[in-house]
Amino acid sequence: MQETLIAAAERRAVRDARHDRRFRWMMAGAGLFVLLALGGAALSMLWEGREAFSTFGFGFVTSSTWDAIGQQFGAWVAIRGTLVTALIAMLIAVPISFGIALFLTEVAPTWLRTPIGTAIELLAGIPSIIYGMWGLFVFVPMLAEHVYPWVDANLGSWPLVGTLFAGPPLGIGTLTAGLVLAIMVVPFISSVMRDVFLTVPTRLKESAYALGSTRWEVVWDVVLPYTRSAVIGGVFLGLGRALGETMAVTFVLGNAHELSTSLLMPGNSIAATIANEFAEADTDLYRSSLIALGFLLFVITFVVLALAKLMLRQLAKREGH
Amino acid sequence: MLRTLKSKFLVDALAFTACGIVPAADVVGAGSTFVYPVMAKWSADYRAATQTRINYQAIGSGGGIAQIKARTVDFGASDKPLDSAELAAANLVQFPLVIGGVVPVVNVAGVSPGGIRFNGTVLADIFRGQIKRWNDPAIMALNPGLALPDQAITVVRRSDGSGTTFNFTNYLAKVSPEFKAKVGEGITVRWPVGIGGKGNEGVAAYVKQIKGGIGYVELTYALQSKMSYALMQNAAGEFVAPNEESFQAAADSAEWDQAQEFNLVITNAPGAKAWPIAATVFVMMNKQPKNVDNAKAALAYFDWVFANGAKQASALHYVSLPAKVQEQAKAHWAQALKY
Repeated sequence: MQETLIAAAERRAVRDARHDRRFRWMMAGAGLFVLLALGGAALSMLWEGREAFSTFGFGFVTSSTWDAIGQQFGAWVAIRGTLVTALIAMLIAVPISFGIALFLTEVAPTWLRTPIGTAIELLAGIPSIIYGMWGLFVFVPMLAEHVYPWVDANLGSWPLVGTLFAGPPLGIGTLTAGLVLAIMVVPFISSVMRDVFLTVPTRLKESAYALGSTRWEVVWDVVLPYTRSAVIGGVFLGLGRALGETMAVTFVLGNAHELSTSLLMPGNSIAATIANEFAEADTDLYRSSLIALGFLLFVITFVVLALAKLMLRQLAKREGH
Repeated sequence: MLRTLKSKFLVDALAFTACGIVPAADVVGAGSTFVYPVMAKWSADYRAATQTRINYQAIGSGGGIAQIKARTVDFGASDKPLDSAELAAANLVQFPLVIGGVVPVVNVAGVSPGGIRFNGTVLADIFRGQIKRWNDPAIMALNPGLALPDQAITVVRRSDGSGTTFNFTNYLAKVSPEFKAKVGEGITVRWPVGIGGKGNEGVAAYVKQIKGGIGYVELTYALQSKMSYALMQNAAGEFVAPNEESFQAAADSAEWDQAQEFNLVITNAPGAKAWPIAATVFVMMNKQPKNVDNAKAALAYFDWVFANGAKQASALHYVSLPAKVQEQAKAHWAQALKY
């Protein structure tokens, strides 16, 4: 009797171990799949872009000539456009998102929190083409009529930064693309921030209030340090989206392969160039250059994320974790 | 509506089972977006008449040529003809299908549709950045009596590769050596100035919104969005308006029989009433298709289009080929495509 019980228990243990192993393999497979897909995508882009890299060498990154007839391709205009539009977007979106998240977690009356929170999540679900169309048909005319003439007249003559804001008020250009991108990434950043702000233990905040802290001091000295790594993670999630955004940018950026200092002038971005030109890229070198652009976007995103990780590690070290 | 649809399905299903006809697989074509509106209309009418489905994918002329070379589609359509060497290398046969036109559009206060005149060299100078303001003497000389503002010209062109750009730059390169040297001709060119809109609709939207803007679109887009199009001075020195009549005149006066395998771009056509920026859509087919039945079905479709397609084309502001050219095209494919 007892032997059969033991045998049954052993069988069960063996079976459990087997199940456990299988489960682990499946999980490992799922995890490895990400790595495989990522590595595969990067390698295949590098491989398809090899003709561009071998023809132009490092000049592919630094040259700002993009000439389909003369078969001369350089990515600098697109790279710069990608970085500048994303930078503008982050400069605007991060403070706004911070404000939204704080309002929702600390300031807003309880009955208002759910509707605004839901609205933000809905904003994140709007397809980017809609943002692009809205940008082109509503936002661009408004900027061109009411905002940019003022910007050109008032900021255009400032020393140093003046050249950034001088130019004809077309409404289409780098600054507009950055503004539209900012609106697009706000939902991502603010919803992450709100979620992590909610994780701050109430007793920490209440202790600070009890010591006489103002709301701002509580937020700055208690909430933010407690959630710093997650907040930075959210910011970089938004940055990743801003770097790779395609359709919305294509509509409002102007798609011009010319280098101009002014943010009011049209520019180009990596994703927009690929979306515009891939279908009619009629020579191998042209197609290869576009794929090489894709690879560069991949590298840029990778570098940005790596920097974020490094920054987090430095922060953690300084705090002695 | 629903009832008629339902009964139509029922009838279709009955006919299908009763006759035991197995409909051929879809004929698949790909290429030019310029021809897509009329191609879609023809396909729908053709299907109603013959039950044969034509599945046309508007992926762009370059894409269409690449697909037919790879024999993954039954026919390709392009706004840009291939020359004999390239046709021979890829084992392709090409013939013209339908004609449309590219139109300069402007957004200048006080200029109505048809209210401004250009000639080839002035248009070329604007698009290569040489003429920068609307009150430039060269523009004023063509438009006596028109009060043109002292306003910067903003050039709007395509950001994506396009057959529309090909025909437009082909014309400007024909009339202006400077344009040819600096900008070139092709589906994408090295524009020295301006902003790029995606597709005809992108260019139309930009021109409508930018005061002082000038761009080029297909006639349909100019009419749909009620834009101020320009009159052009043609090779005969006449100012003509873009419409079916002037497109037809361009097609008629072009010397098709001189061209080898229809390798002819009919811009700057010599006729007195000819629109100078008319554009032809070409069909490319493979001499050794993967699916011979589909290739035959595609030819039957083009035959039907030549015979019955003029009305639909005209409703969408295209013009069908002159009868003489249709006969040449049919003779050419009968001789070159031996299925």
